[in-house]
Amino acid sequence: MNRSFHKSQTLRFYDCSAVEVKSKFGAEFRRFSLDRQKPGKFEDFYKLVVHTHHISNTEVTIGYADVHGDLLPINNDDNFCKAVSSASPLLRVFIQKREEAEHCSFGVGSLSRRRRPLALREDGPRRRTHLHIGLPHDFRPVSSIIDVDILPETHRRVRLYRHGCQKPLGFYIRDGTSVRVAPQGLEKVPGIFISRMVPGGLAESTGLLAVDDEVLEVNGIEVAGKTLDQVTDMMIANSHNLIVTVKPANQRNNVVRGSRALGSSGRSSDSTASRHSLPAAHVLQNLPPDEMESDEEADVVLEGVLEPRLVPRPPPGSLARVNGAGLAPGLHSPGREGSVQRLLSSLRSDPRHSLALPPGGVEEHGPAVTL
Amino acid sequence: MRRFLRPGHDPARERLKRDLFQFNKTVEHGFPHQPSALGYSPSLRILAIGTRSGAIKLYGAPGVEFMGLHRENNAAVQIHFLPGQCRLVTLLDDNSLHLWSLKVKGGVSELQEDESFTLRGPPGAAPSATQITVVLPHSSCQLLYLGTESGSVFVVQLPAFRALEDRTISSEAVLQRLPEEVRHRRAFEMVEALQEHPRDPNQILIGYSRGLVVIWDLQGSCVLCHFLSSQQLENVCWQRDGHLIVSCHSDGGYCQWPVSSDTLQPEPPRSCVPYGPFPCKAITKIFWLTTKQGLPFTIFQGGMPRASYGDRHCISVVHNGQQTAFDFTSRVIDFTVLTEANPEAAFDDPYALVVLAEEELVVIDLQTAGWPPVQPPYLASLHCSAITCSHHVSNIPLKLWERIIAAGSRQNTHFSTMVGLAPAPPQPRARLAHELLRHLLQEWPINGGTSLAPAPPQRDLLLTGHEDGTVRFWDASGVCLRLLYKLSTVRVFLTDTDPNDSLNAQGEDEWPPLRKVGSFDPYSDDPRLGIQKIFLCKYSGYLAVAGTAGQVLVLELNDEEAEHAVEQVEADLLQDQEGYRWKGHERLCARPGPVHFEPGFQPFVLVQCQPPAVVTSLALHSEWRLVAFGTSHGFGLFDHQQRRQVFVKCTLHPNDQLALEGPLSRVKSLKKSLRQSFRRIRRSRVSSRKRRPAGPPGEVQEGRSRAERTGLQNVELAPVQRKIEARSAEDSFTGFVRTLYFADTYLRDSFRHCPSLWAGTNGGTVYAFALRVPPAERRMDEPVRAEQAKEIQLMHRAPVVGILVLDGHSVPLPEPLEVAHDLSKSPDMQGSHQLLVVSEEQFKVFALPGVSARLKLKLTALEGSRVRRVGAAHFGSCRAERYREHHLAVLTNLGDIQVVSLPLLKPQVRYSCIRREDVSGIASCVFTKHGQGFYLISPSEFERFSLSTKWLVEPRCLVDSAETKNHSRLCDRPGPEKASGRARNSGSQSDGEERRSGPVMEHALLNDERVLKEIQSTLEGDRGSCGDWRSQRAAVGYGLSNGGGCS
Repeated sequence: MNRSFHKSQTLRFYDCSAVEVKSKFGAEFRRFSLDRQKPGKFEDFYKLVVHTHHISNTEVTIGYADVHGDLLPINNDDNFCKAVSSASPLLRVFIQKREEAEHCSFGVGSLSRRRRPLALREDGPRRRTHLHIGLPHDFRPVSSIIDVDILPETHRRVRLYRHGCQKPLGFYIRDGTSVRVAPQGLEKVPGIFISRMVPGGLAESTGLLAVDDEVLEVNGIEVAGKTLDQVTDMMIANSHNLIVTVKPANQRNNVVRGSRALGSSGRSSDSTASRHSLPAAHVLQNLPPDEMESDEEADVVLEGVLEPRLVPRPPPGSLARVNGAGLAPGLHSPGREGSVQRLLSSLRSDPRHSLALPPGGVEEHGPAVTL
Repeated sequence: MRRFLRPGHDPARERLKRDLFQFNKTVEHGFPHQPSALGYSPSLRILAIGTRSGAIKLYGAPGVEFMGLHRENNAAVQIHFLPGQCRLVTLLDDNSLHLWSLKVKGGVSELQEDESFTLRGPPGAAPSATQITVVLPHSSCQLLYLGTESGSVFVVQLPAFRALEDRTISSEAVLQRLPEEVRHRRAFEMVEALQEHPRDPNQILIGYSRGLVVIWDLQGSCVLCHFLSSQQLENVCWQRDGHLIVSCHSDGGYCQWPVSSDTLQPEPPRSCVPYGPFPCKAITKIFWLTTKQGLPFTIFQGGMPRASYGDRHCISVVHNGQQTAFDFTSRVIDFTVLTEANPEAAFDDPYALVVLAEEELVVIDLQTAGWPPVQPPYLASLHCSAITCSHHVSNIPLKLWERIIAAGSRQNTHFSTMVGLAPAPPQPRARLAHELLRHLLQEWPINGGTSLAPAPPQRDLLLTGHEDGTVRFWDASGVCLRLLYKLSTVRVFLTDTDPNDSLNAQGEDEWPPLRKVGSFDPYSDDPRLGIQKIFLCKYSGYLAVAGTAGQVLVLELNDEEAEHAVEQVEADLLQDQEGYRWKGHERLCARPGPVHFEPGFQPFVLVQCQPPAVVTSLALHSEWRLVAFGTSHGFGLFDHQQRRQVFVKCTLHPNDQLALEGPLSRVKSLKKSLRQSFRRIRRSRVSSRKRRPAGPPGEVQEGRSRAERTGLQNVELAPVQRKIEARSAEDSFTGFVRTLYFADTYLRDSFRHCPSLWAGTNGGTVYAFALRVPPAERRMDEPVRAEQAKEIQLMHRAPVVGILVLDGHSVPLPEPLEVAHDLSKSPDMQGSHQLLVVSEEQFKVFALPGVSARLKLKLTALEGSRVRRVGAAHFGSCRAERYREHHLAVLTNLGDIQVVSLPLLKPQVRYSCIRREDVSGIASCVFTKHGQGFYLISPSEFERFSLSTKWLVEPRCLVDSAETKNHSRLCDRPGPEKASGRARNSGSQSDGEERRSGPVMEHALLNDERVLKEIQSTLEGDRGSCGDWRSQRAAVGYGLSNGGGCS
């Protein structure tokens, strides 16, 4: 099964398609190799790693150091593939117990920061250039933090993109109590909290939502006074374009507003932690309500199944809107097309649409007319 | 979309909305859930029922209903009307007393609570000292005697509930006044019975539980008589003339004690154990009632042989050598006997036995030989068998209405002719029939008060489907929900039980002479028989009924009995899908050969779905003679004219294994229910530990409580959580067909309209089939053809709960045959039609035939509520006669009711109606076409509500307070004309006639019930002039009684 994984001793005897892996867990190192062309599945890789470290009974997260020295996560096939293919020459893998990993999230500069904390604090402005690293083509927007300028710093509005994504949203919510500041002092009020993340789910992979974050709004509508079931229904009804405003349990990772972020004195090392390697870090300001409407799902209408010659072909316009919302201007077009392809393929993989119908016959209707 | 939320402040529209919409919960139909007390006022002829939740409900003549709710959520234990007054006292199980009265406000009586009171003992007394066991309202209406557990009788003055401590009759005081030889026995304990002397208000009878009965002189404070029984006393009855006391005892016997001037009776002269000689259960209540003929009626509760019939709930009636033990299917709460109300009359002459059982009210006619049951006009037991679905049909044509009533009347032959009739319908023809019936039959005996509610403007039917395979047809036009006809589908199938199993299986000479009465029978022979969907065409009399095992029956109304075979067809909904195995119940086995059917709805076609999953949707088009049905696997169309299947369509997703495994309810939440049951086990373990009585103190106890605490913490550590996941095509039960709809519309192009069938699934898919129905003359020759024309996948994939086509004027298409019967304008076929698809999350309007989205209203995304029920309704304005608008009435899973406008989908009004936790209430809701609705508030009660200002069915009734009536008569003695301002047909020439006893009188009387009332009031006025309070009271009782006994 793990044909592509080999112990490192045998490395020398293989051709250059092998990638040497140095895996570190605590103070222990393990070395082995992977096939650069066919790295295999993340799942198998994960099994191999925990096996070689003899830590099969602990939950761990796996990260790697990319070419820029950033600690990036390996938690799905895509980024595993990316990690292996971009390793030069050595793939450095860092393993952390899950509970420990929560406190130091992945991100740009997170690895180097840990090594040289002093140096980092001084070169804040320089690191801003990291934001303009060209995005790898295979990445797609999965989430974004929006409305930073209108929200209190303690809140975070996260937009999750499910279009073109096979992943489940992957989180659970629960009832709880939160403490509010009221005129007569602190008062306890019922609230809705994120209770669990599904490993490998969209919510987890973005890193923007975490267990015990309090949910304040769903798509702009306050959840205060609503029951858990109501909030669940609202989230599911909005699942195609879910915008959740949370009060993160971990307030150290908040995005700092533009004006303050510039002053390097105001930056703690923590405030940078949410800077992600993913395009999600692009801050979209003031998402206009129009745009929230525009990426509305369009129903698929099949005319007379007796003449099977049609294939669902979403209109390019609406697609651009679907994906464009999360991409900052200045993205090169290949990225966009990539996601278009992905979306199309995902549509096709739906058995309902697998009638193998040629394009042209489907009636597609744009967003609904608003009164 | 958010712009919808802002209330558009168009003042004209807001004003119009006020004229159109108004939310009212108007009346509760059915039998009160968990009744706990019964009261009856012979003078008002009003029945009162108290419930365990603290509600009291009053019922008089059909349509006269009142409801009150105690502030405390405590069970009503006793209800007592104050003699001759519109006031009643209730005792709750928290030992509090409450005084209620019927007050006239704006011409209509209202029930309201005036006063409440809790009896306080002397400081330091045990709480049992004031625990009330018996309440006796004194005939003076000023005093209330309260018997307690301590044996003392307290006196309280009304209406202020002032305790008169100096008049307390303590057991010590009674003891002192007893002769020496009785004193040595501890004869006291709690007070079991308190009665006033039927003739002398100065004497009361006190019965103590140990067997001592004393007659106490209130003025002299002395014991007039005492009787001592060797058995524990249960209850006492005082004969009408006061010369005999009958006591009943815990050993199942009763004793008769003649009352004479002697102070002591050594032994009861006559004692009897009716169901002896083997040990019997206690007789808990007894009536000893005299008749003109001489032989008394003995009516008692209990007393059955302990070993073999100890578990029966029986009331026995003994009279003139006849004895019957009426055997009830549920516990008897209380009973009363309706007798001559005039206290001056020499005899009781009982005419009806009223029994309040846990699940139904049973009334027995004691005047007719054989003591047949009477069908009450209200308090119907809706839940005789559990209700599984309901269907409402408005505005039934008179023809169909009469045919259904005729079919039903043949089913009710075992009932007494003493029936309660609903108020006369307005139509002249129906009124005639109604009056005819009224003359032929005697009147319902509990007929106090006058219903002022206008006659219902139309005939409405509510059909309820039941677990035992029956469909009941209820007259839902007015305040009284009356059973018209009962249809059983069981005959069509082979079941284990014989449907001819009669109510009275017992032989003639059985002892005890048990007779089953009542209709409550919650035990279903076969759950597969349960009715799930009903569809009635009111114009053609075609009925489609579908059930739990995939059976679909098409029935036709036939006025004659018939014997014919039912055509059977199997619909294979899986078609060519291979490799599935149905793990649920088997399909029902149809009875081969011809079956005998009663007059009424007779099945002629049986379609059985394969796999036999529960039918989840049903539609009938009587004009095209087509019936469509859907299950969790697919849907099919059946031509019931040619009796052949047109097509079936499988909607099952290839990966959906769950849908195949069996009945939905069992599989759907298996994982969840497992999890829940584990939690429940854990919790019950914790709580049972808590409840265990304290053992030896010390170490063990402590350890246990610690374990308890950790257990509790464990429970709290596992909070409820909800998964957030988008719907996908792979979800389970996406193929579940939720709704089916027939429409004649533009499906293929905008030039030709054609018949079409629309189906919506749980996965947000809508299928549209174009149908070709041959013209009438070739209807039998050419087959009906169908081909799929459209398939719409809603991207949000929420279950489709409603489909509707709007015509060119944006009015919903009329029902089939509606236009043919001239009852609706024909739909506009010029303008373009629109398709409305209602999913649980959104409302969406599409243009036809292109199915391009026009409008939508999101519900869930904005409010978190989901559509549970939707119905198109038209709303009339309360100001403009002919003005009406068509809208959608929507019930959400939060129990809110909203009106959403058509076709613009603007929310109009919103009212909270049902508690969101009341899942079964929300699931049972059904809307009418006129903006009313029904939902179950308990297994046995429908709450009726109205969203319309125009269509409102609510009780409006007047109960004349006997006192005020009497006084007004005394002040100036007006003629009957002046006594009440209501218009009436003519004067009364039958003054002084006996009403009850003379059917001649019935004929002599005029058509209007009000005339009767007037005659009564005249009678009353005549009597009311006498002097002292006793004759005044007599007049009260007389005036309101069912007529004079001694003239």
